[in-house]
Amino acid sequence: MKIASNFREVYKHRLLIRTLVGRELKARYRGTVLGFFWSFFNPLLLMVVYTVVFGFILKPRDPSLGSGPWMYALYLFCGLLPWTWFSSSSNDSANVLMVNGNLIKKIMFPAEVLPIVAVTSNFINFLFGLPILLIFLAVLGKPLTVYALLVPVVMLVQYVFTLGFALLLSALTVHFRDIKDILSNLLTFWFFATPIVYSLGMLKDSSTLRGILNLNPMTHIISGYHDCLFFGQMIHWKRLGITFVVSLVLFVIGYAVFDRLRDSFPEEV
Amino acid sequence: MAVIELDHVSRIYQKYSAKHRFQTFKSAIVKGDFFKSLKPDELVAAVNDVSFSVEKGQTFGLIGENGSGKSTILKLVAGIAKPSSGRISVQGKVSALIELGAGFHPEISGRENVYINGIMLGLSKKEITRKFDEIVRFAELEEFIEAPVKTYSSGMYMRLGFSIAINVNPEVLLIDEVLAVGDAAFVPKCLDKIDDFRRRKKTILFVSHDLSTVAKICNTVAWMKDGRIRMIGDPKRVVDAYMQDVTEEQEADFQDRKDEATAAAALESESTPASRPAETTPAAATAAPAEPAPAEAAVADDARREQRWGKREVEIRHVILRNGKGEEKHVFHPGESLVIELDIAAKEPVKDFVFGIAVSNSMGIRCYGTNTYIEEYEPVALSGEGKVVCRIEELPLINGTYYLDAAVHKRDGYPYDYHRNMYSFLVSSMIRDEGVARLPHTWEFSPEIKVAPPAK
Repeated sequence: MKIASNFREVYKHRLLIRTLVGRELKARYRGTVLGFFWSFFNPLLLMVVYTVVFGFILKPRDPSLGSGPWMYALYLFCGLLPWTWFSSSSNDSANVLMVNGNLIKKIMFPAEVLPIVAVTSNFINFLFGLPILLIFLAVLGKPLTVYALLVPVVMLVQYVFTLGFALLLSALTVHFRDIKDILSNLLTFWFFATPIVYSLGMLKDSSTLRGILNLNPMTHIISGYHDCLFFGQMIHWKRLGITFVVSLVLFVIGYAVFDRLRDSFPEEV
Repeated sequence: MAVIELDHVSRIYQKYSAKHRFQTFKSAIVKGDFFKSLKPDELVAAVNDVSFSVEKGQTFGLIGENGSGKSTILKLVAGIAKPSSGRISVQGKVSALIELGAGFHPEISGRENVYINGIMLGLSKKEITRKFDEIVRFAELEEFIEAPVKTYSSGMYMRLGFSIAINVNPEVLLIDEVLAVGDAAFVPKCLDKIDDFRRRKKTILFVSHDLSTVAKICNTVAWMKDGRIRMIGDPKRVVDAYMQDVTEEQEADFQDRKDEATAAAALESESTPASRPAETTPAAATAAPAEPAPAEAAVADDARREQRWGKREVEIRHVILRNGKGEEKHVFHPGESLVIELDIAAKEPVKDFVFGIAVSNSMGIRCYGTNTYIEEYEPVALSGEGKVVCRIEELPLINGTYYLDAAVHKRDGYPYDYHRNMYSFLVSSMIRDEGVARLPHTWEFSPEIKVAPPAK
């Protein structure tokens, strides 16, 4: 089977993937004074902005988020961190084949290594931000429960979903450069269509809106993080399960498109 | 045992037309031909039904014009591109000197880049650690290995890339014209290393435009043309055949350009009915000492400009260039004969006449000029039509384009008909010597000095 042999090929290049991820992480903050700390500071600063706007000025109306702006800040951070992983991966993959055009043209290796590296290096960045989140949760009075052990399950679903999206994006952007511009707008829209700055609880009155949000796979992925980190409750297995199936479908489509366009990369990048 | 084997290999590239290339996502969706627009409009066979095999320890050369498919074959053998049809088998580890330092990341140190590049080329971490010092030493970068690669000069960049690729210690080495970019000190080092590979019975696939090197180091040479193998076999014979073909093409090209120039000139003379104003050039005899070599390009251009002056009491009607066999030619090899034929017609009988020729190179430097007066031919009488032939037995010129003056004038320099730079020819030579002319020479070595004669 073709897809199986392709995966074997990618597996053979795991050392390369590891090295390229390392290179990506090293190079990203090379030349900055704070270096790796930016992995923490970026979401932290974003969280401060949203906390001020939505926590202090607009004041959340959902009692399940607990009282006070600090609880809201925690809730926000739980969603913002994985969202950053998703959005940065998407942005990076839209460029990754073009930026590494000289590799595709000159060196023998499977091109899917590049979007894999883009998603994985952002994943590692996400992991670096995680301890900060855990510390905040502990300090501000939301101690971890046993359900926190389910976070890797949510990560797996998000990884598959993100990688499928990344494969699709990277391959199509080679032919349609406009995707880069479309993507930045799409991600803004998508961000607000995902319960990150608000909670699903706030939408009790509007079943239409909830219905629409339920169609967004990222809703269930982010809710998964909220469940096991913020609320300390069981993840919604059924919804996450369906999301996983959707993610797999997206992955297969993304991979099929990527594979089909593969031969055109060396000429088009 | 064949290490590299290509069996009826073709590589078809999909060519997307400009219309589709700039098509945007929006228009693809609006028109609803999303997947259709991803289909190629035209298929181009970069490599077309090519078969050959290279035995272990052999050096196989690929020559041919740009775009003939040589580099595609290297990419196919390296596995970067996949054949559209046919079968390729390669035994053992392959290292490709195609793009040196492809994949270096500018922001991180040379050391880290050595590891990353090595892994890309298929080495394990342990192997790289073992060879690290040797790689750095060969690249002469001991002092700079911790600095980010963006601070490297392009020479340092190339040296490091070459050093990594060669230290992969492949069974099969693919070389694509990479030596063209090295500096004077590093290229011999690379050639030494390649020689070392040959001695160690490694297999080399070598693509180059440097035909003399190809003829010297290869056991077999294939000449590619339009994606197919035109000829394969003994290096000297294939290189010669290729040279012959290039010469013929240059000849045809030359003829085209000449026709164009003639057409343009005809157009110009129509628009200005009067013959070109005879410049108030002091009747310069052909053999007058050449003007000091003009350095600036503008001056050189001026020196190359075609001019014709004189009242044409005696006219040079045609100037024909022939080779030793009497064939009309515009491309010559050094050592070949150049025969310049002037068709002369005198309107009235004259007693005072001198025929002259002069050759200038593309820089506007006069390489040689002479006339019948300098050589003490005494004019007696000239009337009606006639022919003057100047025969240069062995053309002592180097590779390049040359411009020819032809003139008939009086002994005091008064011009009858002076053609300046109106004719040109090419000298095509594999030897890259320099200067204005090739002085006939030989080399001799005392017995203590061992040299191998050039591959002839």
